[in-house]
Amino acid sequence: MKEENVIEADQLTKTFGEFTAVNAISFEVKKGEIFGFLGANGAGKTTAMKMLIGISKPSAGKAAVAGFDVYSQPESIKKNIGYMSQRFALYDDLTVKENITFFGGIYGLSRKKIREKREQLISELGLENISNKLVGSLPLGWKQKLAFSVSLLHGPKIVFLDEPTGGVDPITRRHFWEMIYKAADQGTTIFVTTHYMDEAEYCDRVSIMVEGKIEALDTPKKLKEQFKVDSMNDVFLKLARIPSPTLPKGKGENTDCN
Amino acid sequence: MKTIGYIIQKEFKQIFRNKGMLPIIFILPILQLVILSNAATYEVKNIKFAYIDYDHTSTSRALVEKFNASSYFNVLTDFPSQEIASAALLRGEVDVVLEIPNNFERNLLKEKTADLSITINAIDGAAAGVENGYVNQILQTFNKDVKTNIIDTSKKPVQSVAIESIPSFWYNTTLDYKTFMVPGILVLLVTMITLFLSGMNIVREKEIGTLEQINVTPIRKSQFIIGKLFPFWVIGMGLLTIGLILAKAIFNIPMEGSIALLYAYTSIYILVILGMGLLISNFTDTQQQAMFIAWFFIVIFILMSGLFTPIESMPKWAQLITEFNPIKYFVEIVRMVMLKGAGFTDILPQLWKTMLYAAIMNGLAVWSYRKTI
Amino acid sequence: MQLKINDEISSPLWELEWKMKRFIGFIKKEFYHIFRDRRSLFILFGMPIAQILLFGFAITNEINNVNIAILDHSKDASTGEIINKISASKYFTVKQILTRETDIETAFKKGKIKAVLNFEKDFSRNLIAEKRATIQIITDATDPNTANSITNYINAILQNYQQEKNRTIAVEYQIVPQTRMVYNPELKSVFMFVPGVMTIILMLVSAMMTSISITREKELGTMEILLVSPLKPFQVIIGKVVPYIFLSIINASVIVLLSIFIFKMPVQGSLFLLGLESVLFIITSLALGILISTIAETQQAAMMISLMGLMLPVILLSGFIFPVASMPVPLQIISNIIPAKWFIIIIKGIMLKGVGMAYVWKETLILIGMTIFFIGLSIKKYKIRLE
Repeated sequence: MKEENVIEADQLTKTFGEFTAVNAISFEVKKGEIFGFLGANGAGKTTAMKMLIGISKPSAGKAAVAGFDVYSQPESIKKNIGYMSQRFALYDDLTVKENITFFGGIYGLSRKKIREKREQLISELGLENISNKLVGSLPLGWKQKLAFSVSLLHGPKIVFLDEPTGGVDPITRRHFWEMIYKAADQGTTIFVTTHYMDEAEYCDRVSIMVEGKIEALDTPKKLKEQFKVDSMNDVFLKLARIPSPTLPKGKGENTDCN
Repeated sequence: MKTIGYIIQKEFKQIFRNKGMLPIIFILPILQLVILSNAATYEVKNIKFAYIDYDHTSTSRALVEKFNASSYFNVLTDFPSQEIASAALLRGEVDVVLEIPNNFERNLLKEKTADLSITINAIDGAAAGVENGYVNQILQTFNKDVKTNIIDTSKKPVQSVAIESIPSFWYNTTLDYKTFMVPGILVLLVTMITLFLSGMNIVREKEIGTLEQINVTPIRKSQFIIGKLFPFWVIGMGLLTIGLILAKAIFNIPMEGSIALLYAYTSIYILVILGMGLLISNFTDTQQQAMFIAWFFIVIFILMSGLFTPIESMPKWAQLITEFNPIKYFVEIVRMVMLKGAGFTDILPQLWKTMLYAAIMNGLAVWSYRKTI
Repeated sequence: MQLKINDEISSPLWELEWKMKRFIGFIKKEFYHIFRDRRSLFILFGMPIAQILLFGFAITNEINNVNIAILDHSKDASTGEIINKISASKYFTVKQILTRETDIETAFKKGKIKAVLNFEKDFSRNLIAEKRATIQIITDATDPNTANSITNYINAILQNYQQEKNRTIAVEYQIVPQTRMVYNPELKSVFMFVPGVMTIILMLVSAMMTSISITREKELGTMEILLVSPLKPFQVIIGKVVPYIFLSIINASVIVLLSIFIFKMPVQGSLFLLGLESVLFIITSLALGILISTIAETQQAAMMISLMGLMLPVILLSGFIFPVASMPVPLQIISNIIPAKWFIIIIKGIMLKGVGMAYVWKETLILIGMTIFFIGLSIKKYKIRLE
């Protein structure tokens, strides 16, 4: 059971015109695993993830998520996954309760189920006093935790987290990872991108992407042994030859004008 | 169905929670309806009129008195010379200048004919034409007066033929332009609000990133779109209702035809506009782009709707363009139903076109909406 | 980088130059923002040109090709002559011949015709025997403006016919008016509408684009970043506005060129003055845009205020289509607060009347005053927010 693959990618590629954002990556993620997807900014992590969650069509290669093909069954994939984006994506102008109700509703949960989940989630996060406050007024850390809980609302098999802890203080990050562990214990597979190397240590296995390719993939322990260093940070520095300064800068500008 | 309900609920909450937007959506249009409907008249009155009297006789004064008595002209002043009059014309202080030359009375009595010169500011060509007509009317009655006053009554004058025309203004006997403008401006406001709100809505979610979150859910795009657009449909119908009530209460606009028919038509019409808004949303990345495109179309729709200027007077190719103008149909229908009491069969041609338009717009919009990037 | 330069250079002149460079750099960034986005650029330049071409040709308040119907109870020589005269004019097309009074209602309801000419029985005989005959001009007055014009035009044709008939009879006491149509002798309606269209395009583009681009920074949170930078708040605003000034100047120039070469609008006055006044109006509109951006918190609100709030008032109250003098007095007073009204007076004056500053100084001062007022109010609002 533990050996069942929930994500399989084979030579998955995405090109934008001349530019190859994701270059023939292949990997598997097993059920219940916490899979760290590392890489520098602009290495292609988010693009790869968007192909897996069915909102971006691959240019070449094969991939299946939760047993469904990314080309032909993206809507079936969506029923089985949760997603938390890099940009905070709950509605600022709805309250905590309303956000939970709304997302529960569009995932097709029954009214009763939504009510149960809502109460449970609010008490777990300790948000009782502010459950009727607008989400926009909450501190970022709470918003992130709430967004994570909302992405788990419909009991997905896999949760995709795109840099979930960006801009959050260390204590909140700690809490966040506790929540991730808890979800993983309950059998949810976690696919998480990050560039905090200490977080990489928390993962069962990590892959490191450099300029669109996966350059390394193993458990943190084995990677450290392989590269003969003490920390994931050093592994990363050895691998990710910091790309020529023009590339990420140019790309960064392109994305902010969208 | 249940899923759509959740989206509708969310949209309504967001709209009614935004305290800054509410007055713009509801109060601004109502204020404009009440105020601006008074502005749209081509009637030419209060014409700024001045004269130069070189003659200074009782006849010349009698002629000026005629203009004074007319309700169209607002006799402002007499200028001592042509130069001063021209300068006033340049400054825009007067629009029509009458110049009575020396010996006007003498010529009229002796030679039975006299010259006059009239200068009209013709920048607004149509108004200038009307002003010229008014001037000629006054001169003609003055001619008659001269005859009856001066002519030796013993001599029977040769009678000239006269065609008497009796104007008869149907559906709006008093030529009250508000009767026409209030429904028309209401149409514009309903269209603007629904197009701007729907055009901005989805692109706004694109911009703040929540749309991506929606796209990774298993929601069907038709569900999402219906849920998104329904609240604006309700707002459009609500605005129409408020506007109709005000039209009745403040302007006493008649409602000759069936109000149900008007609502039925409007409910389809708003779908056209919402589909258009959604289409704009799909093809733009930022609210700024979306609004600029919406602005472009709305200005064309408004100015080519036949509401402010007649469509028949446009060149043929421009008339062809107006066939694609939804506002044109709506203006026609409102006019027909409210003022003429047109029934279902009368509005059938426009109704068909509008339904077809709605189907095409929404079809295109749903088709071009992509859950993927 | 910045600190280093500050440390090294102590001369105030150098520092000033450096500050200027920093400011210019910021403006450059704003230009890149707009000009890199091809689609927006196309929209910003292409659409106003499309509009001026479309409206210049299409919009007219004259009457042309109006469909009318005839209900002729006489069918004799005179009515035939009159009908011929009317259908020969470019204003009317006889679309339908009716036979019964009751047909009129149906014809109007279908909406195909705008007027019906109803000739009385024995028209010619009456005209010869009794020297007077009657025609009823029935118009569809649901659009009273058009109905009124149609009646005027038909009356003019009838008068003309009457004069021809009377030519043989010696007329006593005739005043012959020599009418001069000044500034627009051919009564072209394009002369009336092009200035209006130009105004509405400049006004809305400038006000809308600035208000949106400033609120966008507020909404995305990048405004805070700019405000904590060494740039002064007014520099930030000017930096955002300058590209739009250029853009609007280009738009204005293209529109003026199109009106001269395509619509044959004359420029009787100084082209230079026209340019200056246009820049002034652009700045007034931008100032209004800035004011809107201090009121609005979101792009959505900014857009709705500038579109919903400005569009119809500008179209209706500026004298663009409807003469201000004919409006009810309260509206004539309200129209004074519309900047577009003053600009339209100015361009018509310069282009058609050929006047100079001596004649438009009042309107110019009003625009300058409005600009100062908008900017002053924006600064005040802005300060309140920062405190």
